[in-house]
Amino acid sequence: MVKTETYTLNMGPQHPSTHGVLQVVLELDGELVIQAIPHMGYLHRGIEKLAESRTYTQFIPYTDRLDYVSSMGNNWGYCLAVEKLMGITVPERAEYLRIIMTELNRMASHLIFMGSLAIDLGASTGMMFGFRARERILDLFDMTCGARQTYNYIRFGGVSVDIPPQFIPELKRFLADFPAMLTEYHELLTGNEILYHRLKGTGVITAERALEIGLTGPALRASGVDYDIRKVEPYGIYDRFDFNVPLGTVGDCWDRYIGRMEEMKQSASIVAQALEQMPEGEVMAKIPKVIKPPVGDVYHSIENPRGELGFYIVSDGSTKPYRIHVRRPSFINLQVLNETCQGLLIGDVVAVLATLDSLMGEVDC
Amino acid sequence: MSNLDINEVLLALQAAYGEAIQLIGEGSQAALLIAPDQMLDVFGVLKTNEFYQFNMLRNLTAVDYLEYMEIVYHLYSLPLRHSITIKVRCTMEELTIPSVTKIWPSANFQEREIYDLLGVNFTGHPDLRRILMPEEFTEHPLRKTYNFVGNTGEKR
Repeated sequence: MVKTETYTLNMGPQHPSTHGVLQVVLELDGELVIQAIPHMGYLHRGIEKLAESRTYTQFIPYTDRLDYVSSMGNNWGYCLAVEKLMGITVPERAEYLRIIMTELNRMASHLIFMGSLAIDLGASTGMMFGFRARERILDLFDMTCGARQTYNYIRFGGVSVDIPPQFIPELKRFLADFPAMLTEYHELLTGNEILYHRLKGTGVITAERALEIGLTGPALRASGVDYDIRKVEPYGIYDRFDFNVPLGTVGDCWDRYIGRMEEMKQSASIVAQALEQMPEGEVMAKIPKVIKPPVGDVYHSIENPRGELGFYIVSDGSTKPYRIHVRRPSFINLQVLNETCQGLLIGDVVAVLATLDSLMGEVDC
Repeated sequence: MSNLDINEVLLALQAAYGEAIQLIGEGSQAALLIAPDQMLDVFGVLKTNEFYQFNMLRNLTAVDYLEYMEIVYHLYSLPLRHSITIKVRCTMEELTIPSVTKIWPSANFQEREIYDLLGVNFTGHPDLRRILMPEEFTEHPLRKTYNFVGNTGEKR
């Protein structure tokens, strides 16, 4: 008789497929996964603690460093929470600029998802193509606020600067090119038989379980649950746009992949609509020089590319927040990793991690 | 959008649980304050009652107010599309509170985070370990009394 026993394998924290410094401790029986326990904290910077010794305005750049591939959304979520507490209204043009930037950022983020999924599954060309399209978006951000990744663009009462004159022609060129790009990626990846068989039926999460465990964002919608904060509790001016929320049926890696590809199309359509409706005018409301929200607490959440990003802010009436808590979607989505990976192969753990699309900057906060 | 009147919830719950339920704050900041010994029963009602159906625990966090610790639950009902804020307070001498992981499994990591950073013990939690700080760390950095200048958190 051959005696079999399980063994432990450390995946990460220095593993290219864990998207940063996530450590997954795998308990394996041969190549089958019995347990996949995520260990986080390698990137913990104590941002929530730092917030207590910074003024409200000084904290905006810190939000850039949470989910660093969709910083616009983070800026916006935080600013919305403080604006809700202080009762600030934002000028029309700024609302449109916020939507345009955040939706472009969602596309950039999903392009990274597509590229990293491809490279994790061995199709390194996918990464190059994803980055090619993302580069065009980053150039747009660069010409507006001077930064390519950590923007600090959305501020209390509006946005920091208006867009430069060359922005709109360049954006229109990009929007015209994007459908062809997306078709190309679909031909390269979606039509690829290897990718299809790697993703189809792998890592199924049922709708019921996804809700229970607190999944949000594209990962939840892939299981068929219709929960998109842009639709159920529209913030900003999302109620003025016509867009669909793509839903999956099975909740496997394939649905999570296709859902995000479809979301990019919807985001492009929102940007095009916003561009058409956007009025001229101010981009910054008249707000007090010193931000001193009234005593109280507020929770506000937005739909970030990874799920529900919420900010809970407690104000004691001073210039510094008493407490800030960030509800990070990547962190809560990781809870599902262990049970989803059980019974899969090591290579499939990579696929599940890639399609959950957790980002360590946000997990560790 | 929220179409739930928090005062009606308050009255309905007070009829069953009496003084264990109170209303604090007003307007958009209104929240229900629940006594720790009744909280699991009340959460059970909030989740299963057909008029509430709070099937999502959106956010769970805690705030250190020096005299007491306040644990904040933001609930959301996907079928009925309304939300509510629940607060539970416990004294600094006895920082222990029942875990809600049996009602909403999504509380797992968030309760571990509160345990790690603020030192609240959750009874009945399946796996209460530190999650962000190293295992050998002894303090709770998000406490207001935490001294973070030159503090490595190691036992001396």
